[in-house]
Amino acid sequence: MSTASASVRRSPFKKWCDQNTGLFFLIPWILGFLIFKFYPFASSLYYSFTDMNFFKGIREYGIMNYIDIFTEKETRTALLITFKYAFITVPLKLVFALFIAYILNFKIKFVNLFRTVYYIPSILGGSVAIAVLWRALFRDTGVINTLLSFFGIQGPDWLADRTWALFIICLLRVWQFGSAMVLFLAALKGVSVDLYEAATIDGASKTRQFFSITVPMITPVIFYNLVTQIAQAFQEFNGPYIITGGGPRNSTTLVALLVYNYAFKENEMGMACALAWVMFVIVMVLTVIAFSSQKHWVYYAD
Amino acid sequence: MTPMKLETRHKIARFFQYFVLIVVGFVMIYPLLWMIGATFKSNAEIFTSIGFIPTNPTLDGYIAAVTQNYGGDINIWRAFLNTYSYVIPKVIFTVISSVIAAYGFSRFKFKGRDVLFSIMISTLFLPQVVLNVPQYLMYNTFGWINSPLYLPLWVPTLFATETYFVYQLVQFMRSIPHDLDEAASIDGCGPVKILYKIICPMLSPSLVACGLFQFMWSCNDFMGPLLYVTTPTKYPMSIFVKLSMDGDTGFNWNRILALSLISIIPQLIVFFAAQDAFIDGIAAGSVKG
Repeated sequence: MSTASASVRRSPFKKWCDQNTGLFFLIPWILGFLIFKFYPFASSLYYSFTDMNFFKGIREYGIMNYIDIFTEKETRTALLITFKYAFITVPLKLVFALFIAYILNFKIKFVNLFRTVYYIPSILGGSVAIAVLWRALFRDTGVINTLLSFFGIQGPDWLADRTWALFIICLLRVWQFGSAMVLFLAALKGVSVDLYEAATIDGASKTRQFFSITVPMITPVIFYNLVTQIAQAFQEFNGPYIITGGGPRNSTTLVALLVYNYAFKENEMGMACALAWVMFVIVMVLTVIAFSSQKHWVYYAD
Repeated sequence: MTPMKLETRHKIARFFQYFVLIVVGFVMIYPLLWMIGATFKSNAEIFTSIGFIPTNPTLDGYIAAVTQNYGGDINIWRAFLNTYSYVIPKVIFTVISSVIAAYGFSRFKFKGRDVLFSIMISTLFLPQVVLNVPQYLMYNTFGWINSPLYLPLWVPTLFATETYFVYQLVQFMRSIPHDLDEAASIDGCGPVKILYKIICPMLSPSLVACGLFQFMWSCNDFMGPLLYVTTPTKYPMSIFVKLSMDGDTGFNWNRILALSLISIIPQLIVFFAAQDAFIDGIAAGSVKG
């Protein structure tokens, strides 16, 4: 009773506070969003229509950066290579992850040991130490070529070869399929055993069961992995920067690396922002396509 | 099909399952094993054999790694100290600020909450590359570039800017029944007290998982320090290893591999000490569409 009379006497401000308690907990997030996300996001779009230079400032406005991006060889090559990189790494990573998760889901002994072994690269793969290791493995007299020479094969100088270098950078990413695998494994464990039993009674083969039961049942996780992996692949920076420096002859200069070069080596910040925005729009379009295709192939149980 | 035949088929299938797992696992882990072995080899031996057991084990690589310094200004210990001086605050602030934001999103109803929530979700898809240049210019105006306190690397985490963790914690918090907070609220607990007396203890496995992931990602982070740390004495491990590699390529491979291996030892220890937390952490995460 006393609480009821107290709330009647509360001022409108206090009442507003009571209704919006949640908002108080969001104050740090709102500030963080405005200062560290929204402002940079908006000003990046603004700079992309200028010739912003770190030392010279802005002297010109217009769409010249975007024209350059689609007409100049350097940027077009970077975009093309980034697509190639994403279309090599994402499917390979997902196929490996699903394949291994599928095997691990049979009642395997030491499943935790295997899971750990497959997962370690995902934890360490992003570190500079692993990039160093990659250089040791794939240099001209590196481990891989020493191994190949046992079979009488003269391996190429992987990182100095224009066709191989990109593939080696991709391989570093594919090697980190463990995190996608753990997600697949959790999803596979959730597929009801009844479905498989019913299919076995109906005489469906294991392969048939895999494509007709397993894959459809875990499409939400396939979808999640696909979307996150595409976004990650288009942003790849560490691999090419540390291992090849973008070479040989720009054959591994992915968009994120080129953005970095424009912004922080040539101080052409306007151009860097425009290129980042082109990449952002590409990722956005791919994500929207993925989301709108969901209803055709993703199965949600609830 | 006779039962006998079925059993043989089953055995063959089993054999192939283990065969694939062991072969693929070995290929996956071999680079790391080779790396460990190589750190004990002489430079002459490193690239002449592919086995990971050194024929004449030597500690030269390690001795060089821990004693040599880069440009006379920084050595491995200093680099470690520099790394953890911003990684640890970053981890702590990320967890605290994310849990506060997640609490606001998941436990209260108020006007505009859904709009704010959609904004939060959409920032999950916002690539860092788009933000880098304006952030750099902004930190430059703040005078934060090359700040001795590494301000650009951890200050944003005070404001729940690591959306991924906020989102994860919202998911986890939604699974905690509301009865508990209601009971506590009737007993006179305010919303702040409910957060740290009831929600946080129940969420502790997820909070640990968030902290662990942030620790790994922050230790691996290369671009942040590359942009914002330019004084050699302040270099963290990631930059130190990269520069040592550039300076040494061609001759001192055992040193640079030993240095690389030492640089990831703390991460390996943390991973092995808490591997279940890691694996459950991602498996429990945002899997549902």
